[in-house]
Amino acid sequence: MRLLTHNMLSSNIKAVANGFPLRIDAEKVIHKEVDLNPDFLRNIFSRIEWRALADAARSLGYAELPEEAEESMLESEEFLGKFHHALLEIHLEEGALVCPETGRKFSVSKGIPNMLLHEDEV
Amino acid sequence: MWYLCVFFHRLLDYRRPEVEALAELFQHNSSNEPLEWRVPENHHPDSPFHFVNLSSDDVARDIANRSLLVKGMYELWGEGSTLEELEQAIKSYPDERKSPYLSSESTFRITVDSFGKVMSFEEQNNRIQQLAYIPFEGRVNLKHPDHKFWLMETDDHGGNNGLPPVVQKRIFFGREIGGSDRTLIPTYQLKSRKYLGPTAMDAEMAFLMANQALVKPGKLVYDPFVGTGSILIGAAHFGAMTMGADIDIRVVRDGRGPDRNVWSNFKQYGLPMPVGLLRADNNLPPWRPGLKEVFDAIICDPPYGVRAGGRKSGGRKLLKGVVGPYTVPDDKRTDHIPSTAPYSLVECVHDLLDLAARMLVIGGRLVYFFPVLREDEANVGNTVFPEHPCFELISSSEQILSSRYSRVLLTMVKRRPYTEEIAEAARVKHTEFRENHVKWLEDGNIHSSVFTPADQLTVSGDTKPLRDLKPKYRGKYV
Ligand SMILES: C[S@@+](CC[C@H](N)C(=O)[O-])C[C@H]1O[C@@H](n2cnc3c(N)ncnc32)[C@H](O)[C@@H]1O
Repeated sequence: MRLLTHNMLSSNIKAVANGFPLRIDAEKVIHKEVDLNPDFLRNIFSRIEWRALADAARSLGYAELPEEAEESMLESEEFLGKFHHALLEIHLEEGALVCPETGRKFSVSKGIPNMLLHEDEV
Repeated sequence: MWYLCVFFHRLLDYRRPEVEALAELFQHNSSNEPLEWRVPENHHPDSPFHFVNLSSDDVARDIANRSLLVKGMYELWGEGSTLEELEQAIKSYPDERKSPYLSSESTFRITVDSFGKVMSFEEQNNRIQQLAYIPFEGRVNLKHPDHKFWLMETDDHGGNNGLPPVVQKRIFFGREIGGSDRTLIPTYQLKSRKYLGPTAMDAEMAFLMANQALVKPGKLVYDPFVGTGSILIGAAHFGAMTMGADIDIRVVRDGRGPDRNVWSNFKQYGLPMPVGLLRADNNLPPWRPGLKEVFDAIICDPPYGVRAGGRKSGGRKLLKGVVGPYTVPDDKRTDHIPSTAPYSLVECVHDLLDLAARMLVIGGRLVYFFPVLREDEANVGNTVFPEHPCFELISSSEQILSSRYSRVLLTMVKRRPYTEEIAEAARVKHTEFRENHVKWLEDGNIHSSVFTPADQLTVSGDTKPLRDLKPKYRGKYV
């Protein structure tokens, strides 16, 4: 699971009001190389919850992202590189995503988060 | 400028829409003007020969090279019903258009092609000799010529040649601008795929879907019913970043072993892996509130029951109201397999359109298959396709699967933003589906009764399960 995906997901359990961002319990994190595409990064930037991305990256050991970010920073190649790395190259292979409200764990195995709810959660 | 566009004689309904989509991708006028088309005199629209108006040779070349169904795009130098008429036409085609391709420094080749009949080698040579009135000065190079010329003719009797009847024979002569690279198809053919499922999308169709979706590098493409990933493989080949989800963990994660799963299918072709694969139910998608306009395209083959019964979270009895929610004991939670209930076609399509309306960027495309029951002749051609206030349907292409079923590839463009009112209406509908789950499944509409998962139905008055009548997805073209 890349942090792009993490940034899009929430715990959608019926009674949960605030299921985002999911906390990450990491067991195995690996690096995946992805071609950097500046247009993609510029397009997706405004859709990203920056704080959640920066926190998630830090929790996985990558502390290079600034606390805050704004559109103009996309001019900088250095910034693009870091944004790219955090968003697309850090990959959670094994672990879990944890609902911030209930503590319910959504397991991540073989890189795939299991977001399916149980009968009593829908 | 008008170009002669010669198609392969297959997937007839998909041919013009593919060129139209690619014209949008490569011809940056964005005037929203539909492409202009013509067919040659006396030709049926199912003929391989069409004329299309494009802005330049470069655009024609880009379209042809990227397409799957364009055999070639040509600058037409002349056409006629007889060789004499052809000669007249070629002679009166402006010299300044011809001479750059006839010069002594260049190499060339002439290919003779006949549609609907076989021509002997002598006949072909004869035809070439008869073109002596064209002042070719360059050298012939059969392997790698600078310029490729084509003499193409159709048979005059509509016999048993698989082509629609042509009233009169027509001969075309032109310079090739570009043609499709169909070697992609054997490279990606399902036969060689390491991880396959019963509903994997064949390579040609996956590429066609990617073309309809205007896939190119830097675009993010999502398949909510990803299965073995075969649709995303087409999109990844054209450079997209891909994401997919499926409700079935065995399909999306486990596959058939360590090197036989969705990831390995991408690896096999040296394609970038999806940037996201999830197990999720498209009826209850896990996206965070407020997230919208992230995907450039959504491409999928939804679970319509006949082949791969759609499922959704909840359990049949639970949704029927027969049982109350079952509380999963804490110690069982990790390995618990939530039960699922059948997912009717109407609900599935509702969820798909709602997802796409919310998650696509403006101008983004939803490309998906919709099933049509052919038994009722009146249905064919009059099918009402799904509608949504955010979308405009821009093409529908039918492929007949059997005497009973067709599937239609729909391409919808998101034109208007997903407003709060639209979101609210979708929420109401979602609840209605939940409350009337049984009703929708049992008498929702003709589709939901026909396309309900096979194991739920038997054909009335017959004990043969519907499953046996399942259409052949591959094999039956044209
Ligand atoms: C027609 S198949 C698509 C196959 C896919 N194109 C491939 O290449 O393998 C439909 C898929 O939808 C999945 N599915 C069924 N119900 C679903 C739901 N509610 N949410 C998400 N996926 C679902 C099935 O597990 C199946 O893999």
